[in-house]
Amino acid sequence: METHKLIEVKDLETQFHTPEGIVYAVNGISFFVHEGETLAVVGESGCGKSVTMLSFLRLIPTPPGEIVSGQALYREKDLLRISEDEMEHIRGKEIAMIFQDPMTSLNPVLTIGRQITEPLHTHLGLNKAEARDRAIKLLLDVGIPDAARRLNDYPHQFSGGMRQRVMIAMALACAPSLLIADEPTTALDVTIQAQIIELVAHIRQHMNMAVIWITHDLGVVAGMADRVMVMYAGFVVEEAHVEELYDNPRHPYTHALLSALPRVDRRRDSRLKSIPGAPPNLLVKPHGCPFAPRCEHTIERCGNENPPLQKVAPEHFAACWVDVRTGAPK
Amino acid sequence: MTQPPPPIASLNLDELATPPLSLAKMAWLRFRRHKMALVGMVILAFLVLYCIGGALIYSEKYANFNETSIHLQPPSLAHPFGTDTIGRDILARTIYGGQISLMIGLTAVLLELTIGIVVGALSGYFGGWLDNLLMRFTEAILIIPQIFLLLVMAKFFAGDIPDISFLGREFSGSVVVIVVIIGLTSWPYLARIVRAEFLSIKENEFILAARAIGTPTSEIIFLHILPNSIAPIVVSATLGIANAITLEAYISFLGLGVRPPTATWGNMLEGAYNYIESAYWMWLFPGLLILLIVLAINFIGDGLRDALDPRSRTV
Repeated sequence: METHKLIEVKDLETQFHTPEGIVYAVNGISFFVHEGETLAVVGESGCGKSVTMLSFLRLIPTPPGEIVSGQALYREKDLLRISEDEMEHIRGKEIAMIFQDPMTSLNPVLTIGRQITEPLHTHLGLNKAEARDRAIKLLLDVGIPDAARRLNDYPHQFSGGMRQRVMIAMALACAPSLLIADEPTTALDVTIQAQIIELVAHIRQHMNMAVIWITHDLGVVAGMADRVMVMYAGFVVEEAHVEELYDNPRHPYTHALLSALPRVDRRRDSRLKSIPGAPPNLLVKPHGCPFAPRCEHTIERCGNENPPLQKVAPEHFAACWVDVRTGAPK
Repeated sequence: MTQPPPPIASLNLDELATPPLSLAKMAWLRFRRHKMALVGMVILAFLVLYCIGGALIYSEKYANFNETSIHLQPPSLAHPFGTDTIGRDILARTIYGGQISLMIGLTAVLLELTIGIVVGALSGYFGGWLDNLLMRFTEAILIIPQIFLLLVMAKFFAGDIPDISFLGREFSGSVVVIVVIIGLTSWPYLARIVRAEFLSIKENEFILAARAIGTPTSEIIFLHILPNSIAPIVVSATLGIANAITLEAYISFLGLGVRPPTATWGNMLEGAYNYIESAYWMWLFPGLLILLIVLAINFIGDGLRDALDPRSRTV
C-alpha cells in the first residue's frame, strides 16, 4: 500500500464563542490520511467529527468559530495558513466534501445541471458544452439514468438517494484526491445506504481517491475503512487499523460502542446495550479524562489527568490510563 | 477518470413522463387565481399601451405646443381632456407625461434595487463590523422622513440643469435628478429585507455544500443566495415602482420636481389646485391616471406576494 501522507492534521484546536461561553469543540487532535486510503471517523453526535473536517477546510463560520491552533498539511501545504483564494482552488478540486442531508444540500432554485457544472467552470475552466458533456458522464457514473434530460431538473424532482448521488457527482466533478463524506447515508433508508456505500467504494477504487468517512455506524466502518479513528468530546481516543480495532479495542469508549452494536447472533429478546450517561458539556474545559464519568474502569487518575494518545500495539493508539483487558492501571 | 461503473439502481421512467413544474410556472398558476392581480395586470397593460400607443397619434411637439388663446378650455372633441393654463392639450400631455412617469418609476426602482441589494447582501452575508457599519448607516437614512429628504435634495440639486436627449427625445435634466434622489432615499427598506433573507439563507446546508466545492464568494452571493431571496425582492420592487411614481407626483406637485415643458403626471397637477372648482379637467385626468397605475401595481404586488410565497406549495 502507498504510504505517502496525503493530509496530516496536527494539534488542531477549534472553539466556538457563544453567549453561553466558549465551546471546546476540537481539542488538539492529530491524524493523517495516506493517498488512496479510507479513514473512518466514528463517535457520538457532537463529539467534533464534522467540526474537525470543516476546520481544516476552513468552512466553519468565523465568528463564532475560531481555529485556535494547529496545522493541516495537505501535500506539504498548510491549509490553515494559505490565502482564501488558494483555499478556494483546493476545495472542490483537491478536497471535496459531501454532507449528511441530501435534501438540504442542493440549492432548490438552481437546476442540477447548473450545480454540477459549477465546479467544472470554476476549477477546470471548461466551457459550457464541455462542462455539460462532463456533467452527463458524471451523472451516469453515479447511476442516474437519462442524465442528459435530468440536467434541467430541479432538486425537488429527485428522491433522497438520487440527490445524494448528485451530491457525489458534484464532489467528484474535478476528480479530487480526498473525499470527505460527512455521514452521507444517515438521512437515507437502509437499502439506499447500501447503494451509496457501494458507489463510493467503487469510485474510490477506480480513482484511487482517499476518503474520510464520518459515521456513527460501526457496521459501515467494518465494510469499507482501512483505518478507524474514534473521537470523543473533541479528542481522539483511539486509532487503529479496522481489524485490529474490532478484535482488540483498547479504549473503554470503543469497547462500549462495539458492545452497543446489535448482533445477529444475540438472542432476539435481549436488550441492546447502551452507554450510560451523555457526552460531556463542551462548554466546560475538560479536566481529566472526558470519558471518565461514563466509564466502567475509572481509577483515581482519570479524574485529574487527561490521558494522552499512546501506542498500545503496532499502529494502534489509545488514550486511556487503564488496560481495558485487565482493568488494571497501566 | 476511468470507465463508468454500472448503474446500481435505475429510476422508473414513468416518473419522468410528467413534465416538471418549474418555479415560475407554479408561481403563474397561483398568480392567476388572484383576481385583483389580474385586473391590475389588465389596467397596467392598458396604461402602458396608452402611453406608448398614444405617442403614435400625438407628437411630442403637439403636447408641448402652447396657444394661450385656447387656455383652460373644458373637454371638447378637439381637446378630449381639455387644455391647461397656457393652452396645451391635456390628453397629449398625459400620454407623454405617462411615459416619463413610468420611466421614473422603473429607473428609480432599478437604482433602489442596485443599492438595496448590494448593501443588504454585503451586510447579511459578511456580518460583523461591515454589517454594523452598513446597518447603522441604513438606519440613519431611515429615521429621516423620506419626503423631507427628497425635498431637501430636490432643492439642493435644483441648480442649472441642462436638458438631456435620450432615445431621440429631449427632456429636462430634472428627470434624472428626480430618479436619483428617489433611488437614493428608497433603498433602506429593501436593504433590510435583503439582509434578513441573506441572514437566513446563508445558514442553509446547500451554501456550505457550495463552498465545499470551491464556489467563489461572489458566486455564492449572487448565484446561490440571491435567487433564493428573489420573491420578496420582486414584490418590493413592484411596490417600489408605484411608490416612486407617487413620490415623483408629490415633489412635482410642490414644484420641486420635473420641470415643464417636460410633462409628468405629477407636474401636471402643479398649479392645478388653483382650479379645483373652476377647471376640474386639469387635475382629474392626470390624477386619475396616477390613481389607476398605483392601484394596479399594488394589486400586482399583492398577487406576486401570494404567488411567490415559498411556504405555499399548492398550485
